[in-house]
Amino acid sequence: MGSAAATLKTTEDADTLVLTAAGEWLVASAADLDRRLRSLELPQRRQVTIDLAGIDRIDSAGAWLLLRTEQDLSARGNHVELRHLAPTFAPLFDQVRAGGALAPVSHPRPDHHSLVGFIARIGQITLGLFSRAVSLLGFFGLVALTAARLLRHPGRLRLTAMVSQMEQTGVNALAIVGMLSFLIGIVIAYQGADQLRRFGAEIYTVDLLAVGILRELGVLMTAIIIAGRSGSAFTAEIGTMRVNQEIDALQTLGLDPVEVLVMPRLLGLLLTLPMLTVYANLMGLLGGCLMAWAVLGITIPEFISELQYAVAPRTFWIGVFKAPFFAGIIAMIGCYEGFQVSRSAESVGRLTTLSVVESIFLVIVTDAIFSVVLSALRI
Amino acid sequence: MDGLPKEPIIRVRGLVNRFATETVHDGLDLDVFGGEVLGIVGGSGSGKSVLLNTIVGLNRPVKGDVEVFGTDVLAASETEQREIEKRWGVLFQDGALFSSLTVAQNIEVPLKEFYDMPQRLMDEIAALKLGLAGLPEDAGSKFPAQLSGGMRKRAGLARALALDPEIVFLDEPTAGLDPIAAGEFDDLIRDLKSSLGLTVFMVTHDLDSLFAICDRVAVLVDKKIRVGTLDQMLRDDHPWIRAYFHGPRGRAAQQAERPPSEEAGTPIAASTSR
Repeated sequence: MGSAAATLKTTEDADTLVLTAAGEWLVASAADLDRRLRSLELPQRRQVTIDLAGIDRIDSAGAWLLLRTEQDLSARGNHVELRHLAPTFAPLFDQVRAGGALAPVSHPRPDHHSLVGFIARIGQITLGLFSRAVSLLGFFGLVALTAARLLRHPGRLRLTAMVSQMEQTGVNALAIVGMLSFLIGIVIAYQGADQLRRFGAEIYTVDLLAVGILRELGVLMTAIIIAGRSGSAFTAEIGTMRVNQEIDALQTLGLDPVEVLVMPRLLGLLLTLPMLTVYANLMGLLGGCLMAWAVLGITIPEFISELQYAVAPRTFWIGVFKAPFFAGIIAMIGCYEGFQVSRSAESVGRLTTLSVVESIFLVIVTDAIFSVVLSALRI
Repeated sequence: MDGLPKEPIIRVRGLVNRFATETVHDGLDLDVFGGEVLGIVGGSGSGKSVLLNTIVGLNRPVKGDVEVFGTDVLAASETEQREIEKRWGVLFQDGALFSSLTVAQNIEVPLKEFYDMPQRLMDEIAALKLGLAGLPEDAGSKFPAQLSGGMRKRAGLARALALDPEIVFLDEPTAGLDPIAAGEFDDLIRDLKSSLGLTVFMVTHDLDSLFAICDRVAVLVDKKIRVGTLDQMLRDDHPWIRAYFHGPRGRAAQQAERPPSEEAGTPIAASTSR
């Protein structure tokens, strides 16, 4: 858009150095002007005149460049004079002079780029981990106390909220949990059949499938899906309520946020997850059964009789037994992280991610502990 | 403003905005002239922010023309749109600073996007804009979450001024500020307007701001707009406009800004006690 480009000329007039600026000193040409001004050989202890008669248009960036040059010259002991400044530009120069006394902004460098910073960061993370663990433990205690209180006054349990939570975490998850378990059943049956066929032991595919699904994968897959689906929802819901100060409002109304928000979610999930696990087991077996029939030609009656022979009821119960533990982890972490939200919307997103990662991590760790303990007990 | 050509730099004609069945604007016309401070007022839900969003291209109207600097923004090509965007700055209600960047980096975003500048020059310009917006030196390295509401607005203004725009759009710049901070913000806008030659398009609820800095006022009533100087508005006999300017708060604001006012039509007594 600019017609007259910005120009800068240096001339000697008797014993005075004259810098003549002309044209349009706008932000669009600031980079170019900056380079030319910086490459000037600045004299020392001389008479310097900056002539602004030819300036057609100027904005704050242009004014800053000229005033910076003036400052640089003065700092070298020169006597500087701004000449022929058009009166229309005078307020701009005053404003920039008043505001431009600041040093260029500095950008704090992330200090973990240095070795010391790196070590300090590891230390910080470790300490942070400990303090989080302590605070999470405190939250567990708070929830346990609230649960004990509810046990004495069962009338204070919010049944409607709990049933609504069970609908959201359970009924609404049926499609996704069923679909994924069905597919897992298919995958295990297919891969198992592929390997076992080499030994002519195709029929053991059913054993592999039944033990794998009932004891481990059914409950684990369900817990992971629910952690991603409902654990994140818990954090986001409670976190948003914190951003909107709804939690504060609850407290001032004499309502206990743990009782109102955490207990329905926790109790709801404790009931829902075992039921979902049974359902996931059924769907997984169904998928495996179909695959066994299609690939190995094992008929459904054969499949069922092999199933009865292969698994003791104990296998099924171990899987279902783990579900409430996983449910507790998911609900506790989800709610705890929700309460950690500060008053910024950005922290809702960060903590929701964190809540999902933490609950999946803890679910798998707990599952591993179960495996070790159960095998030590020879169950 | 005297001495300036009376060619509008924003021209809105026949604007119709409709959301679902709710008509917000119905054939709205508006001219904004260079170098003026135009205050947009209206009741809640009268479409002040929708009007602002429509002019800056965030909302596509159902019907009507919007011209900025003589370019039809609704039909502008991408290059034309970018040329216009360089020439305006927008301050959103709560500053709308990018929360993952420091204040200085926020100011440098448009500089980086539009111009190829050395980092040092960008840092100098960022410091200059911080100073112009009345922020202390150390605010540049802070993150938006570390600033108070008033400082966030100033930082948002600094970012809006990054490219030395000709127009700034301000969406309720003094909302949520304490009266002292709001007054300072008004002074800041007035100073910047006179020194940088800005045109200011300001949506506001703040009567004090209107009386303190606005050259003209546009009132959104009946899905249209009525524009005039403050004195004209004070004489307008539309019921909403009368209620707005002659209510107890309106009279208090008038009194504060121009003590011996005769244009108001109604005698000004000590009437702020209600």
